[in-house]
Amino acid sequence: MAHGIIYNHLDLPQVLVVRPPDSFSLYQSQYSHKFHFLKAWESPVPLDQFLSTNARNVQALLSCGRFPINVDLLRLLPSLRLVVTPSAGLNHIDLSECHSRGVAVANAGSVACCDVADLAVGLFIDVLRKISAADRYVKQGLWASKTSYPPGSKLKGKRIGIVGLGSIGQEVAKRLEAFGCSISYNSRNQKKSFSYPFYSNVVELSANSDALVICCGLSDQTHRLINKEVLLALGKEGVLINVGRGAIIDEKEMVQCLVQGDIGGAGLDVFENEPNVPKELFALDNVVLSPHRAAFTPETLTSMREIAVGNLEAFFSNKPLLSQVIDD
Amino acid sequence: MESIDVLMLCPMISYLEQELQRRYNVLKLWTAPEKSQFIKDHSATIRAIVGDGGHGADAEMIEALPRLEILSSNSVGVDKIDLKKCREKGIRVTYTPDVLNDEVADLAIGLILAVLRRLCASDRYVRSGKWKKGDFKLTTKFTGKTVGIIGLGRIGMAIAKRAEAFNCPICYFSRTEKPDTKYKYYPSVLELASNCQILVVACSLTAESRHIVNREVMNALGPKGVLINIGRGPHVDEPELVSALVEGRLGGAGLDVYEHEPEVPEELFSLENVVLLPHVGTATVETRKAMADLVVGNLEAHFSNKPLLTPLV
Repeated sequence: MAHGIIYNHLDLPQVLVVRPPDSFSLYQSQYSHKFHFLKAWESPVPLDQFLSTNARNVQALLSCGRFPINVDLLRLLPSLRLVVTPSAGLNHIDLSECHSRGVAVANAGSVACCDVADLAVGLFIDVLRKISAADRYVKQGLWASKTSYPPGSKLKGKRIGIVGLGSIGQEVAKRLEAFGCSISYNSRNQKKSFSYPFYSNVVELSANSDALVICCGLSDQTHRLINKEVLLALGKEGVLINVGRGAIIDEKEMVQCLVQGDIGGAGLDVFENEPNVPKELFALDNVVLSPHRAAFTPETLTSMREIAVGNLEAFFSNKPLLSQVIDD
Repeated sequence: MESIDVLMLCPMISYLEQELQRRYNVLKLWTAPEKSQFIKDHSATIRAIVGDGGHGADAEMIEALPRLEILSSNSVGVDKIDLKKCREKGIRVTYTPDVLNDEVADLAIGLILAVLRRLCASDRYVRSGKWKKGDFKLTTKFTGKTVGIIGLGRIGMAIAKRAEAFNCPICYFSRTEKPDTKYKYYPSVLELASNCQILVVACSLTAESRHIVNREVMNALGPKGVLINIGRGPHVDEPELVSALVEGRLGGAGLDVYEHEPEVPEELFSLENVVLLPHVGTATVETRKAMADLVVGNLEAHFSNKPLLTPLV
């Protein structure tokens, strides 16, 4: 009598999962023949107890992209050698703590960069040309009164200041150049392979830009990088686009600037305390709000899953990681 | 110097009205209680008409104005002007090409992103407080999708250039194949629609292009396909469009123009895969001024016997 192969999970490499990443069921169904997923959240006992009982030998952790990977967790995992996060974002991971413990970190690399760049550009066009506001206007039946809708502002010739010229920032630059925009940037380091003007100071970048597009990650250096000074330098006609992390901007200051008309508009995919969004923004037509979906297309989620698994496979077969995060 | 009578067909931006009033005696047709009487009363003196995309001159109006020399349209679309009649009578017609290519192309891409990435629907989702209860759904990737353009004129080319920056393969239908482009040509709109994921209407409205996007074309574009119309409402069979969207035979639509503006089919209001704009293709402060300058500049050139800036006829 034929029967299917039953994998003895004790032979498979263990991967700790503290909280499930999005679509974890797909990891299970597609990869349970390759890995034994240790699902901490399913246990009724407290996490530290679960880990000391079950995870002493665990070498790899698959992050959900949000649950903090910090010293409190790491000290419970003495054998850990690898953290894989399916996100591009790393701000939930204490990178220096991982580094000092010899734990490698791998993220989604640049698989999400086109979708995130697309959303940044979409938000920018929406703010300048009032797309969401006008769609609201028409769908409320207001166009029937035949008054001409107030005009927007052209893209051509706009000076774009990109904060963070990594893979996302580069894709944003490439797209906006096709609209006749000019590109400048601020980044941790100047990128010699790009001829865009580099500003070492974000306030200066802002003062010389008609729009700022935040494409960098959240770190100690970028926390509240976009502060009141930067916002005022951007000016009354200036537009702020954020597809990085909410905490890169001083949110309270930004809200005040928008309400008072000190900046011209904003397109935001991320916020300091998601899913909470400052309600003062709801009354503003020059603001477009997006619920942290920049990377969330089926194609990118699949790519994120594939690269996460690819990193795990590489690790367990002693091959170089596909997308190791090297602090540069 | 005698003041020249210029008939203005509809209200326009105040900058244009002011510039015209500084130079000419402007007769505002929309203020007249009885329009045909108004035209009769001034028929001996009207030498120019200023219209726009929605207001032109038909044969009747042209015949009623024996002293008409020039029609300067504040638009690039001239489907409301009887061009044949103008040619017959030697009346010059000017329009506003090129100054709006970028604006219209920008809006086309903006509509594509708004539909595929659900920008308007997700903005509504956040404003309504629903994000607190759960994440918004996944949306559709734009990068790399095949874009099909109907009409590869100035605006069509500007759209293609932008879409290429998103790694989109470009294909097109045009009255004649364009030998010096690298984009793939299809000899019919139906074939184009069968081979692209996003179909953009960017041609001019003529008798041949009316309802160029019909039920067959929409079915070929399909339940994952998206239609973007920045041309003219009559390019698309509107009742068929509504049923295709409501029934899910068409995946989505971004519309800036409609068959009977400002009427918009209400069945579309609740569809989150549909973005509706109130004919704002050229609606930026900068472009409106540039268009107005062309309208006035063409009139000035004509009345000082200089070459017209942007003549069509």
